[in-house]
Amino acid sequence: MVNTLQQVWDVLEVVPDPEIPVVSIRELGILRDVRHVEDGLEVIITPTYSGCPAMGQIEDDIRAALAQHQLSARITTQLAPAWTTDWMSAAAKTKLRSYGIAPPHTTTPGSDKVIRFAPRHQPADAVACPQCGSTNTTETSHFGATACKALYKCLDCLEPFDYFKPY
Amino acid sequence: MKTVEAPVQTKAAPLDYLLHLADNALVLGQRNAEWCGNGPVLEEDIALANMSLDLIGQARMLYQHAATVAGHGATEDSLAYFRDATEFRNYTLLELPHASSTSERDYATTIVRNFLYSALMLLLWESLQKSKDAQLAAIAGKSFKEVRYHFRHSRDWLVRLGDGTAESHARTQTALEHLMPYTQEYWAPAAIENIASENDQAVDVAVLESNWNDLVNDALQEAGLQRPALGADLPQGKNGQHSEHLAPLLAEMQSLARAHPNALW
Repeated sequence: MVNTLQQVWDVLEVVPDPEIPVVSIRELGILRDVRHVEDGLEVIITPTYSGCPAMGQIEDDIRAALAQHQLSARITTQLAPAWTTDWMSAAAKTKLRSYGIAPPHTTTPGSDKVIRFAPRHQPADAVACPQCGSTNTTETSHFGATACKALYKCLDCLEPFDYFKPY
Repeated sequence: MKTVEAPVQTKAAPLDYLLHLADNALVLGQRNAEWCGNGPVLEEDIALANMSLDLIGQARMLYQHAATVAGHGATEDSLAYFRDATEFRNYTLLELPHASSTSERDYATTIVRNFLYSALMLLLWESLQKSKDAQLAAIAGKSFKEVRYHFRHSRDWLVRLGDGTAESHARTQTALEHLMPYTQEYWAPAAIENIASENDQAVDVAVLESNWNDLVNDALQEAGLQRPALGADLPQGKNGQHSEHLAPLLAEMQSLARAHPNALW
């Protein structure tokens, strides 16, 4: 029994995120658990953003990866605890950076509280450019190619880049 | 998507209350998606599409939960696509077109509406994380993370437009005068909210009013905008009485599902 669980984890370890294929769904924190249930195996996943359009694809990818090893499981989506970028491993952050995406900063303690005042000139996070490492960067837009990323520009090497927003 | 319901010691909120939250998210998500391909600049086009995606995602989670409460074969799709305007429980504010007297799609109208709504939802989602309805609390936990970015976006643009050129200031002030009266509906007691709050599944929205005023007044001051008077008419969207603008919005959104019921793609 234990071996089956470990086998599933091993198979799913290499299932990539459909939108950022350099990291796996396990490294991103989307894959939450694998467990035995009455009628077989259950894989628990959690969405990143509520509207993440990749969830259907991720389910299909999990099913296909398991089928290659003659395994099958029920796939269940669980909302709580809510996904956070803090679950991303250090290795995943390194991979993101080398892929050209600035990895998320750790979410600020207390940021789960409502910010009553947001001063206009509040400095954005000092985000290091994934190309040249400079922190002389500026936010172009809060929203980028996907909801989870903001658009930044490096003022030293002048390259635009994505920043994975703390969530 | 099959979503596991939160287990143990939980009592689902009343159906109409869940539909109220879901309809709010869906109707504003659909409205703002009208900017897709029409944004004033590329970055804003993308930003609004991303926020619509969040809102429609929130609506889906809420409809899925509502469907388990409704039973009788209800699904997220039947609740979104096969109810008519009088059955929708969204705030009237959210169904209004983006139009102003000078423009078919007025960005100041869009920004002011998003600001007035996200300021409320920032407070409401924060509070609903403590709902006795554990699934609703879980949805609130995700939605709260997202609405912080929506609030930041709309507040930032409210200040930029209000404190911008004479033209942007005038259009933003006009939008504020048009839309602010609709926010009276937030605080008007309604049976669907009272029943849910009595059982600690919802929060009494009236307790959020003073914090909402702080958020709004602070931003208006920074933007150099005048808070307008409210007027006498009380909108009744959450009670199912809508403006003439909801039915055409739904007709467009629901037409495909109604032309091909039970179609899969």
